[in-house]
Amino acid sequence: MRWRRMTKRNADLERELQSDLALEEEEQRERGLSSEEARHAALRAFGNPTLIREQTHATWSWSWLDSLASDLKYAYRGMGRNAGSTLFAILIVGLGIGGASTVFSVVNALLLRPLPFRDPGQLVWISNGDTYSTQPEHFVDLRDQNQSFADLAGWSGTYSSGDKELTGTGEPERLTSVPVTQNFFPLLGVQPALGRSFTKEECEGKYSAPPAVLLSYSFWRRRFASDQSVVGQKLMLNNQPVTVIGVLPASFDFASVFAPGTAIDAFIPWPLSDTMKPAGNSMQIVGRLKPGVTVASAQAELTVLANQLESQHPERNPVFPKLVPLGEHVSGQMRPALLLLMCAVGAVMLIVCANLSHLQMARMGARHKEMAVRAALGAGRFRLLRQVLTESLTLSCCGAALGLVLAVAGTRGLAHLTAFNLPLLQSVRVDGRTLAFTLLAAVASGVLFGLAPALQVPVYKLREGLQDTGRESSGSSRHRWFGDGLVVSQFALACVLLVGAALLIQSFLRVLDVNLGFHPERAAALRIDPGFRIPNAARQNSFIDDVLDRARSVPGITAAGISDVLPLDGDRGWQVSGQGQIYDKNHHPEAFIRVVSDGYLEALGIPLKSGREFTENDRASSEPVVMVNETLARTLWPGQDAIGQTMTQDGGRRVVGVVADVRHGGPETQGGSEMYLPMRQTGDYAAMRLVVRTTLPPDSLAAGIRTALRPIDPNLPVTELQPLQGLVDKVMSPRRFVVMLLSGFAGFALLLASLGIYALISYSVNQRTKEIGIRMALGASARLVRRGVLMKTLQLALAGIALGTLGAFAFSKWIESLLFGTTTTNPAVFSGVGLLLCAVALIAAYVPARRASRIEPLQALRTE
Amino acid sequence: MQHGSLYPALHRLEERGWVVSKWEIAPDRNREFKYYRLTEKGRKQLLVEESQWKQMAEAVARVMWPAAEES
Repeated sequence: MRWRRMTKRNADLERELQSDLALEEEEQRERGLSSEEARHAALRAFGNPTLIREQTHATWSWSWLDSLASDLKYAYRGMGRNAGSTLFAILIVGLGIGGASTVFSVVNALLLRPLPFRDPGQLVWISNGDTYSTQPEHFVDLRDQNQSFADLAGWSGTYSSGDKELTGTGEPERLTSVPVTQNFFPLLGVQPALGRSFTKEECEGKYSAPPAVLLSYSFWRRRFASDQSVVGQKLMLNNQPVTVIGVLPASFDFASVFAPGTAIDAFIPWPLSDTMKPAGNSMQIVGRLKPGVTVASAQAELTVLANQLESQHPERNPVFPKLVPLGEHVSGQMRPALLLLMCAVGAVMLIVCANLSHLQMARMGARHKEMAVRAALGAGRFRLLRQVLTESLTLSCCGAALGLVLAVAGTRGLAHLTAFNLPLLQSVRVDGRTLAFTLLAAVASGVLFGLAPALQVPVYKLREGLQDTGRESSGSSRHRWFGDGLVVSQFALACVLLVGAALLIQSFLRVLDVNLGFHPERAAALRIDPGFRIPNAARQNSFIDDVLDRARSVPGITAAGISDVLPLDGDRGWQVSGQGQIYDKNHHPEAFIRVVSDGYLEALGIPLKSGREFTENDRASSEPVVMVNETLARTLWPGQDAIGQTMTQDGGRRVVGVVADVRHGGPETQGGSEMYLPMRQTGDYAAMRLVVRTTLPPDSLAAGIRTALRPIDPNLPVTELQPLQGLVDKVMSPRRFVVMLLSGFAGFALLLASLGIYALISYSVNQRTKEIGIRMALGASARLVRRGVLMKTLQLALAGIALGTLGAFAFSKWIESLLFGTTTTNPAVFSGVGLLLCAVALIAAYVPARRASRIEPLQALRTE
Repeated sequence: MQHGSLYPALHRLEERGWVVSKWEIAPDRNREFKYYRLTEKGRKQLLVEESQWKQMAEAVARVMWPAAEES
């Protein structure tokens, strides 16, 4: 449309000019001139038609488009001329921008994009102290008595994976359900995609037999093939009929926000009125602030309220409400790591730009004459500058296109890392904001690496440019200085990145080396909860005997035991004390509870420190016994032998064994106190997990175990065997994620820095061919020349390393919180990185140095 | 001044909508001419420019011949 208007206007102007020229000519002829003379006179009076045309064009404000088109044409031609270096440039810009955009989309999903709830800014996470959950009774009082919140909702923090057995339709399957309060979904502003949310009546039943269930979108799609008619159907969960009342929308991914790395299949109502619901600290609370109320003032109110509640109800557990904005709770922990990655990406982009800047500079050197000629023909300085910038922007935009493809692939890959317990990872994708970021990165890097070569433009003086023989030009000393600066800065940045990556890799290795207190390799677990309700202790114990006998007879299994929770996977704690000990309520020792059978220690590889393990003779009828870990033994009976002491649990249990501490919270946190109860002496556990130790790869065992256990319960849904190594890997996955990305960037930076120094040295050897030739003619030996080149390289590298070391020192304070078992000033890391960079520089410079030393003096002088 | 330098000016005026142009056959001579006419918008702009010019001319006059003002 605009184009057509433009051509029409062009034709009109042409007609106007021709008509007026003809008129002028006519008038001149009338004054008696010959037609030839008349035409010349007319033109003289009229002026230069081409110029007029161009000036008139300029008034149409199309000129910028015109010159942009021609700039692009030049840029395209220039790129074609140097296909090799163009491809190289596009490739490294693409890799840089690809990495940057991928990291940005992670940052975007975790830190920038609001949580997928209504008005997420008003949502607040309320924990009890730093980590604990809250007693439901406290929750009810806090909810009813506070003034700051529009509402509080809760969900059970003690749900455990695979706690419900789905039977009746198709293959029996264990699914994970989370009990939530009635207002949970309305408070978050989540509308079911199908059906409805829980009603009040549905939340007043029995905890163990929920009347209704809401399915998660992914479970609905997987198990019911997105069948809409499932709403209203009855399912059998743990042998109880439950009505499906709705399906949650795909956008609501509970797991990725609240329980990263766990698949949540369904939600059931949590009847707060039921006295049989789990007691103790079992509730996670999220609240919606009233408009205008700040987190600080709500915190102040709840603190006062909690103090009142504690004095009114001394029988309850302590409560210290701690408020954190929900977004911060969900992804706050990843913030330092993500900011570090963003900075790493920025450093990589700077190295890319430095590299390309030098490349463009070398290209401009070769086009010296072209520029000088164009300047002489009237191209203004601004016009030339713009052309050079257009060329670099074209390059960077091509690179960005490649980068975008990489980022799309990268984010897809990341979103499918389900084993990584990073919050919101599944929602990582390339969205509008990422596109904008990519474009910005492309333009910024294009301008950055194109600016220095573009500013060379005023150097192009016609006389010098045309006289110049193309080698030692007037700009070369400036160029040399500039190129050196680029290489030094590349080395400095690479040095900072490598130090950071090395520190984190070292931390990661230290974390891998941590003694967890058990041996996860070759151990696996699976849920074996019986399909029937256990009527009494005798029935329970014969089930346990049966399971263990059969499991131990499977070939390849060297040990088997049963436990209610696995290390790194769920906790519950009680206040504990030795007989005769009295503690203040707020400073009462607490221990994590593990209900285990005989064989558990061996299956998990937990060393027994003293005393004995449980045996199959520790039954309901025998003396109540207990095992403690070393920390609990030290806490309750400092300086004494714990064996033979009595704990107040269940009316008195004798300590028969002391076992090693297990780091159940992850490798980076100390374990704390633990207490082991014999499974055959209690019914107080929520799950039965068979733990086996094998000589074979755990995966190959599943079928054998299934066959062995089938006679006990044909409906037993033997879900896939869960290798314990998987649990450990999941806990370490955030650290692995950061290490993986950062090492990738550091490696890329090292590669770029070595390419950069190679390009600079080989360019300067080319430039100095004549000089080296003369020096060799005057008697310099090949070795001397080679040494000269290598020394120069080393100087640059050392300057870069010195700067980089300073920078790394400055930055290292900042990553301190991400380190484990190493210090920010680890001398081995710093010197190792320095040596590596020197070695890389020397290797990169060796080829041009050898070329320099092979220069034939005669040949070199003849080239001029 | 060369005639040609008029064209960019005329086209700029047209671009801003202050004049409109039309090809017409002149009645006395048998050939086409391009006529430029002032639009209503152009007339208003002219008044504005005129008053600005007057102001400027007066200012310049005051600076150039301050004595004339005094007498």
